[in-house]
Amino acid sequence: MSESGLLVRKIKEGTVIDHIPAGRALAVLKILRIRGDEGIRVSLLMNAESKKMGSKDIVKVENRELKGQEVDLISLIAPQATINIVKDYKVVEKRKLVTPKMVRGVLKCWNPTCITNNDPEAVSRFTLISEKPLLLKCNYCYSYTMEEQVFQQILGE
Amino acid sequence: MDDLISVRDLERRDFEEIHAIADLYASGSRKNNLHGTVALAFFEPSTRTATSFETAAKLLGMNVVGFRSEEGTSVSKGETLGDTVRMLDGYSDCIVMRHRFDGAAKFASEIARHPIINAGDGKNEHPTQAILDLYTIRRVFGGIDGLTVGVLGDLRYSRTVNSLLLALNKFKPKKVYLISPPQLTLRKEIDDELEYSREVTEDLVSIIQEIDVLYVTRIQKERFPDEYEYEKVKGSYKVDHRVVSKMRKRSIILHPLPRVDEIDRAIDSSPKAKYFYQASLGVPVRMAIFERILGERK
Repeated sequence: MSESGLLVRKIKEGTVIDHIPAGRALAVLKILRIRGDEGIRVSLLMNAESKKMGSKDIVKVENRELKGQEVDLISLIAPQATINIVKDYKVVEKRKLVTPKMVRGVLKCWNPTCITNNDPEAVSRFTLISEKPLLLKCNYCYSYTMEEQVFQQILGE
Repeated sequence: MDDLISVRDLERRDFEEIHAIADLYASGSRKNNLHGTVALAFFEPSTRTATSFETAAKLLGMNVVGFRSEEGTSVSKGETLGDTVRMLDGYSDCIVMRHRFDGAAKFASEIARHPIINAGDGKNEHPTQAILDLYTIRRVFGGIDGLTVGVLGDLRYSRTVNSLLLALNKFKPKKVYLISPPQLTLRKEIDDELEYSREVTEDLVSIIQEIDVLYVTRIQKERFPDEYEYEKVKGSYKVDHRVVSKMRKRSIILHPLPRVDEIDRAIDSSPKAKYFYQASLGVPVRMAIFERILGERK
């Protein structure tokens, strides 16, 4: 049994987000809007050993499935992550994330004078330029939104 | 061609065809051949662009409606861009739009059924100006390939610079010099798209003898985040007799206008000063753009 298996026990129902790059679990919690007072059990493991990644983070959320926009955002900051849907202690579905080539609506363009930040009808849309480091280009104003700016938005800094 | 939002959407062939049609209008050998209504939607002030679009539309035989400033329109009462576009779309066959926000023209094109022509969106693009700039170069030199172009001034906030540099991707310039104070260098997202040989410098005089076309822009005061930043770079470059005296024999100076103090008025009389000639070609170029966009929809 792996060390992480010893540290965090299995959940009965819910979602396990595995293979999160080390240090990004808190950003994943932010995306899921988990503050701790929701009354659901959440397990968080940071810097666990990983054969594939060296070290990784894991988030287990009980009695909760992920929404489409949450998956999109997680796939941007943790493209190697896997999402396991657990039912009655068994993984019934295992999804590998794929970084979307187009990101719609979930992030703000970093350019304050972009139309998408100034009109109630205009919805942000980005094209993925690079996965590592994450780099997005606005489809309206062609400005870059960079990895640290994506994290600032997610973490609300 | 449907909308004209960005020069990225044009091929070299499109530029060449528009330039060829503009030749016919400039020489008077082609007359009015369109009908319908053009709506001007100038949410930001304009002298040359609005006037040349209006003149071009009228010379082609079209009606012109719309506004040249937000004052006195429902926009000043808080109407959204989307609603204003829907309204104008119902009254016209084409909307020529200028707006202070980057990407506004593209957003409008997703709402309107009729074509949108981007007449400047924030610090993003001004595609019809780039078509006009290249047309002027072609009229003077007979072509664009093989020339060395120097772009001087506010490369950070100037939409005409973005459109010209991106349009040059469709041609084969020998080299492009990007000349600006360090605070006003070209944004990385534009530079990353450029496909030709280029060099960044602050020193105009050291490279002036290599330049065929010197394209000068004013500092875009209205796009600076604050007045203090503007004050730091204000007046930091100037094209005057000292510069002009070192220029190559056949070289020219262009400027999208309006100018502030970056070109000494004393050189207006120099045969190299082609900026008023450039502005005068705005009407035939915009007639050609209307013909390409509206003629194909007939």
